[in-house]
Amino acid sequence: MDKNNNNSKPTRRDFIYTLTATLGVLGAGASVWPIVSQMNPDSSVKALSTIEVDISKVEEGKEITVMWRGKPVFIKRRTEDEITKARNISLKELPHPENDKKRVIKDEWLVVVGICTHLGCVPINGKGEYGGWFCPCHGSHYDTSGRIRKGPAPTNLEVPKYKFVGEDKIIIG
Amino acid sequence: MKNILKTLIIALIFTSPLNSAENKTKLLEPNWTFDGFFGKFDRASLQRGYQVYKEVCASCHSMSYLSYRNLGEKGGPEFTKQEVKAIASQYEIQDGPNQEGEMFMRPARPSDKFVNPYPNANAARVANGGAYPPDMSVLVKARKGGADYVYSVLMGYTEDVPEGISLEEGVYYNKYMIGNKIRMPKPINDGSVEYTDGTQATEEQISKDVVAFLTWAAEPHLEERKKTGFKAVVYLLILTILGFIIKKKIWLRIEPKV
Amino acid sequence: MSEYSDKKNEEFSPVHTNKVGGSPYTGVIGWIDNRLPIFRIFKHEYLDFQVPKTLNYFWSFGGILMICLIFLIITGLALGMHYKPSADEAFDSVEKIMRDVNFGWLIRYAHMNLASFFFIAVYLHIFRSLYYGSYKEPRQLMWLLGITIFFLMIATAFLGYTLPWGQMSYWGATVITNLFSAIPIVGEGIVTWLWGDYSVGDAALNRFYVLHWLIAFLIVGIVVFHVIALHIVGSNNPSGIEPKDTRDTVSFSPFTTSKDLVGMLVFILIFVAVMMFAPNYLGHPDNYIPANPMVTPAHIVPEWYFLPFYAILRAIPDKLMGVIAMVSSIAILGLLPWLDFSKVRSSVFRPIWKQCVFLFVLDFFLLMYVGAMPAEGIYLVLGRIGTIYWFAFFIILAPLVSMYEKPLPMPQSINEYMDWKKKGKIKTFNFTG
Repeated sequence: MDKNNNNSKPTRRDFIYTLTATLGVLGAGASVWPIVSQMNPDSSVKALSTIEVDISKVEEGKEITVMWRGKPVFIKRRTEDEITKARNISLKELPHPENDKKRVIKDEWLVVVGICTHLGCVPINGKGEYGGWFCPCHGSHYDTSGRIRKGPAPTNLEVPKYKFVGEDKIIIG
Repeated sequence: MKNILKTLIIALIFTSPLNSAENKTKLLEPNWTFDGFFGKFDRASLQRGYQVYKEVCASCHSMSYLSYRNLGEKGGPEFTKQEVKAIASQYEIQDGPNQEGEMFMRPARPSDKFVNPYPNANAARVANGGAYPPDMSVLVKARKGGADYVYSVLMGYTEDVPEGISLEEGVYYNKYMIGNKIRMPKPINDGSVEYTDGTQATEEQISKDVVAFLTWAAEPHLEERKKTGFKAVVYLLILTILGFIIKKKIWLRIEPKV
Repeated sequence: MSEYSDKKNEEFSPVHTNKVGGSPYTGVIGWIDNRLPIFRIFKHEYLDFQVPKTLNYFWSFGGILMICLIFLIITGLALGMHYKPSADEAFDSVEKIMRDVNFGWLIRYAHMNLASFFFIAVYLHIFRSLYYGSYKEPRQLMWLLGITIFFLMIATAFLGYTLPWGQMSYWGATVITNLFSAIPIVGEGIVTWLWGDYSVGDAALNRFYVLHWLIAFLIVGIVVFHVIALHIVGSNNPSGIEPKDTRDTVSFSPFTTSKDLVGMLVFILIFVAVMMFAPNYLGHPDNYIPANPMVTPAHIVPEWYFLPFYAILRAIPDKLMGVIAMVSSIAILGLLPWLDFSKVRSSVFRPIWKQCVFLFVLDFFLLMYVGAMPAEGIYLVLGRIGTIYWFAFFIILAPLVSMYEKPLPMPQSINEYMDWKKKGKIKTFNFTG
């Protein structure tokens, strides 16, 4: 340093340092990205994101559970009584107000992801105070539309994207 | 000193793996579009290549690491979504068990792997006179010479067998195959497939298309790799030059120019 | 209890229990540094650390190797998240990495080629030491630690190569583990124990995977020792003359760092070019064929970086002696500081030893070439000549040359060395940039 006899303008020298440092940081960032990105779902997982379910054998009042993206999906064939129960409630009473009609495609069929919105446990069918589901982990009660009624869960059970193919088949995803 | 360095460099080239040649016949080397720094696949050729695989190779050779969805992915044949669905649905695969515990057949979906022509390797061997038709997913990378080698073998069948080579039943002479004997009968002739895009289906053209397809299958990210590679090399060149300038500047503090 | 422990404390209380303080920094950094002196150590060892000012680009390879090791561990970690160490799934999981995992192809190609480039750098690093006498007093222990690292590298590179479970993986594993069967009496037992089976299979692959990781981290550990030792004895330099005061040295930063940076960037540039445009050039096509215990490939060859030692193994017609020769061809490097007892470090001033070192390098390439060829005819002869020179270099040439060689006149200081070099009085690599 004591022998510093550099006479060039400091601005130009500063520029080349800044440029190099900036480029270096950009390059380092770009090479970190693949390492981060590899932890995301890979393309074979993404491609598997739809399933087809035959629902012709589900009886009224019963429910089947199918696996979709590694999670349980409840497919419930609701009785008249259950549908009425889900509809005869004022939205004002709900912690997460959603109309039952908007949560189903056909009134009879309720399709929800069976993961409690609190911390990810699987709620139990037919338990709880509202005739729907009850989560054993922290005591969330869901009604016959899969809506949260009581307990710590913040939102209703998620309705996945699905569609009917004919009378007795649905495609989820 | 320079001479010694030169010798070292020559020695290095000399010892490189490519030079330990065992196959003395010079391979055919067509101009592949995917060669070189800016190499890219020719989509139409890949699509034709898939047709050749489907109609000629697939009856014996599996491609078990590929899924039908790959045919629509970027950097490959890039069939449209509808085309990929249509291709997949031509095949039946076993699924199950269903709610009754039964296995059942259903049409394949894009997410399914290519259907194998044989249930297992032994069945494949029995059906082909004891020779196992190798899986073609990574075939091009698994052969010395790569695409050139596979292309040469496809083009290397000759009628007249050189003297001194005796062929048993079910064995064919091939100019480029290692050992010159092959159990696969000549698979490709003029007009083996009928192209719909008006391309002349000559033996050469068909072989080129299918080898391009196999190259893509073995290295589906080839285009992305070369593109990224080019950018990375340019970036590093700039950074290296900048680094060198900075180094010079810093060292000027103790080594003033003479 | 308390009475007892009080008494103990009184009797055994150390002189200093509290060393907080002394940091050159203030603020938060000073607060931390007073309690955990990492900042002052860093300043002392990496900013103000004095380094001979004559270092040429051969001295970049230490830093380059460090970068290689870090990148290898990072990419290895990422691969480990997707790889499955079982005979049924290994090949498939590697193909999945190459096809489906986001950037999986890039990460695997990087890991594969980094392994090769790690060896390129380490061979140049070792050559640097040989040529400039970096293994001599007081750096013998560094040299021994370095050889330990090299042995561990060989082990972990071999184990890593088995993981994709291709034909070369499988047969390489079979051949190399079978080397242990050369040991009399217990050999067969050891091999079976290594395999956990009666052939290389699922059990072996699983443990190879675990050991591949373990050894990688062992290398990190020994590298730390290697570097600590370097900071005690200081860097050697092309003149081989120890710096006397700060007129002979520069501070590590920014001088050495800027120069190392250039070396690293050039190295990374070459690495990236190879990885992106010829990723399989240094590999073997047979490893893209899934392992098949029923068929051995026509030519099994180890990875290029093992070829010289493989040639030595094959040069000896006896199984046990071959294995012993191969292992000692590396181990003998450890004796070099004592076999070569010349007081002059740098080959720049040792005209005869210099020629011996160059011949040794040529011998290395000769053996590499022979290792890739079939073990017959002229190659066998060449392999034997190469093996003889390899050992003669250490056992005969090193002590003899030390005894009888007349070194060239030497400058008194590093500054004088630079002066002589400028005047053309010294002929050596012009590799200073």
